[in-house]
Amino acid sequence: MTSRHDDGADYVLTAKGLTKVFGGIRAVDNVDLSVRRNSIHALIGPNGAGKTTCFNLLTKFLTPSKGTITYEGEDVTNLAPAAIAQKGLVRSFQISAVFGGMTVLENVRLALQRRVHGRSFDFWRSSKCLNSLEDEAVQLLEDVGLEDFLHDRAADLPYGRKRALEIATTLALDPRLLLLDEPLAGMGQEDIGRTSDLIKRVAETRTVLMVEHNLSVVATLSDRITVLARGAVLAEGNYAEVSEDPAVVEAYIGEPNDTYD
Amino acid sequence: MSKQAETTNRTTAIHQSRPPSDARARMTRHHMIVFALIGLFVVIAPQFLYPVFVMKLLCFALFAMAFNLMLGFGGLLSFGHAAFFGGAAYAAGYAAKVWGWPPELAIAFAVLVAAVMGAAFGFLAIKSRGIYFAMITLAFAQMVYFYALQAPITGGEDGMQSIPRNALFGLVDMSGDGPFYWMVVVIFIIGVLFMYRVIHSPFGEVLKGIRENEPRMISLGYQVQRYKLLTFVISAALSGLAGGTKALVFHLASLVDVHWTMSGEVVLMTLIGGMGTIFGPIVGATVIVTMQNYLANLGSLVLIIQGAVFIVCVLTFREGIVGVIAKWLKTRL
Repeated sequence: MTSRHDDGADYVLTAKGLTKVFGGIRAVDNVDLSVRRNSIHALIGPNGAGKTTCFNLLTKFLTPSKGTITYEGEDVTNLAPAAIAQKGLVRSFQISAVFGGMTVLENVRLALQRRVHGRSFDFWRSSKCLNSLEDEAVQLLEDVGLEDFLHDRAADLPYGRKRALEIATTLALDPRLLLLDEPLAGMGQEDIGRTSDLIKRVAETRTVLMVEHNLSVVATLSDRITVLARGAVLAEGNYAEVSEDPAVVEAYIGEPNDTYD
Repeated sequence: MSKQAETTNRTTAIHQSRPPSDARARMTRHHMIVFALIGLFVVIAPQFLYPVFVMKLLCFALFAMAFNLMLGFGGLLSFGHAAFFGGAAYAAGYAAKVWGWPPELAIAFAVLVAAVMGAAFGFLAIKSRGIYFAMITLAFAQMVYFYALQAPITGGEDGMQSIPRNALFGLVDMSGDGPFYWMVVVIFIIGVLFMYRVIHSPFGEVLKGIRENEPRMISLGYQVQRYKLLTFVISAALSGLAGGTKALVFHLASLVDVHWTMSGEVVLMTLIGGMGTIFGPIVGATVIVTMQNYLANLGSLVLIIQGAVFIVCVLTFREGIVGVIAKWLKTRL
């Protein structure tokens, strides 16, 4: 595996020497990360390890203090977050990010609108021209099991369904690389099963990079795991490799408050 | 899943979309009824109301609607909209008085001036959010105010007085309130229909998305800053339409139009009528302007009554008058 590590073509996303300093604190310190095409790559680590900061750097919601990010062979270190999303690198959020006041269908339609109508500013046209997007939106919502909730307000959905809606909205952009920030956080057992199946299905044709606390899910889902601690990479490998790494074991036991289920 | 099961599934899903599309039709019907009522009002109002009062009403309704486009649909609280309203009033006045332009061109010029000001202020203001955004817009508006106070062309404390209403297209006499009333009605209707279209356009959908969840819109690839800027410009231009028209109605553009209290008043109108509703600002403007007009002999007591109405409104029905009515009727107005 490591022998092909330098072969750029196999990797969708590569970060080199990624560093973020907040007022003297190195939240992310010299992180190298390579995400292989069509794989599920997990980013784990104790609380405060810099996972979410790392995520925000990769999606350009934060600007790195140092380091480079390459996506599909292109240097994207200085792009705006919307620009990177337009290139097919789409993220989800730790706190469920749905448009609460809109219906489930309208949520997905809004994402389709961006993909189909692009960046247009057509304030003179009737929004009836968006009705043609609804069949595809219904299809996407069926795929995540939300076909019975099409016209419910998104804010009224139970938590697990909101996450499913968020994934459907993200998929509406037909992204090549999905970054999921704790997709299973706060879910019940039943929702966890359904959502991890969904992630697995999604990853058949796309690449997924996710931050996740639930280690049993990480163990079954991911092809590769990067363990972060105090902003730096502690270990990388498959689940068997990293779970036996003494440094990883120590980092986790040193943090008894962390979810280690 | 077999192909057939998938098809059945799909049919049920599409079948379920029936009732809401009915709801949408019902909503559109409600809107048409309200439009008809407004149309009826403007036609018969001069029979029993002073036309200048109705024209004032229409100008402020337009101004409040323009403001609501930003606050209610874009989630942007500007505290400097007096700059566009008042700046446009001076622009229309100058064009009509000094250049002798006909009213349609004077108002068009006012809209242009407001739009350019909106683009310049908006470009700098949208980089900040919330209270900072409000303060920056206020600061710009104060600059315009002091310019109006000091510049030789604006008439300083006296304002720009006896602005003429020249002949429409150079042909139709507009000096009487009778004919000019209909011109104001046409301007109002064009403004309202334009705003209605903006709200119900793909652009309007994006705007609602930004109001609901801005970071998510960014992550979906929308360049929200550009949408905000365009909203700012549209809102400023329509405020200019209201301000320019107002200057010709009263033959006057004065410091009151650019003062920060004007920015406050439009916030008040929007909140009382119902922020984020389509017709709320019209109702809010009607309430405030009517109060100012009919309670004028009470002097400064008007301000106290205005304040009391505002407090009652915020404490008891935060959705505003139209918001509450829409809730009763289970529709969006």
